[in-house]
Amino acid sequence: MTTATQNPDRLVIAGKEYGSRLLVGTGKYKDMDETARAIEASGAEIVTVAVRRTNLGQNADEPNILDVLPPERYTYLPNTAGCFDVDTAVRTCRLARELLDGHKLVKLEVLGDQQTLFPDVIATLKAAEILVADGFDVMVYTNDDPIVARELEAIGCCAVMPLAAPIGSGLGIRNPLNIRTIVENAKVPVLVDAGVGTASDAAEAMELGCDGVLMNTAIAAAKDPVLMAGAMRKGIEAGREAYLAGRMPAKRFASASSPIEGLFF
Amino acid sequence: MQIEINGDRTEVAEAITMAELLEQLELTGKRLAVEVNAELVPRSRFAEHRLAADDRVEIIHAVGGG
Repeated sequence: MTTATQNPDRLVIAGKEYGSRLLVGTGKYKDMDETARAIEASGAEIVTVAVRRTNLGQNADEPNILDVLPPERYTYLPNTAGCFDVDTAVRTCRLARELLDGHKLVKLEVLGDQQTLFPDVIATLKAAEILVADGFDVMVYTNDDPIVARELEAIGCCAVMPLAAPIGSGLGIRNPLNIRTIVENAKVPVLVDAGVGTASDAAEAMELGCDGVLMNTAIAAAKDPVLMAGAMRKGIEAGREAYLAGRMPAKRFASASSPIEGLFF
Repeated sequence: MQIEINGDRTEVAEAITMAELLEQLELTGKRLAVEVNAELVPRSRFAEHRLAADDRVEIIHAVGGG
């Protein structure tokens, strides 16, 4: 983790510092080996996992996702993917906390619709209240609505994560001005979660001032996931540095880069 | 008696404990979490938690996801 030790620009979530601003999911890979190699190449330190029924009887010795993601290296971010109501989302978080020995950091998502997987923001707000009151550190998936983002922060979520576009769509940032507004209003980290398709989308999110990006399909569904994971890492780093550097103002007409003075003709 | 485990009806011994059930399922020591009738049962209570007929048991673990 050379970037983690050398880079002074740290992401702080729920009081813990991270060197990488790329958070990755662990779903949709060909196998565990590809999962591990892609995550390694991404440089991510926070990785999402889902919570599902254990296989009974069959495949009992199948490798578990947690076995290929050593806990001393990665911070687990269990999600509530697949939850369409407050109750199942809250239950899922409590199961994850028990599974991970009291681990408090969760990614809350309460979905509203199968086709779009857009968040049900009303249920998300209710679930966030319950989870925050129950002591969870809640990173919350939401839509790109600055008002909802503000409310989720007010409830006490430790990070607000607006979508760039529908989950798994790879459409890129559909509403950059809203993302910028959410960033400008927020005092907690804002991460784009879902919808990025390629490295320039990740860079754009960072140039808008986001604190990080969470993605899964954009890496896992690339023809070469390991190569794309590295591209995403660089896209995130480039976008972050460009944001910190402060881009030049865009102008309509040209401005010569070479001096006029000293021309010899 | 019959209970439901991860959605499947299963015959188990009367008043079986959670620890005994997990042993029968060859899941002892595995990384998992359990709820009964939508309530979490902490690992520390597996030995004392007795199941009743028609209990709905969910045994979960972590999988890849985004």
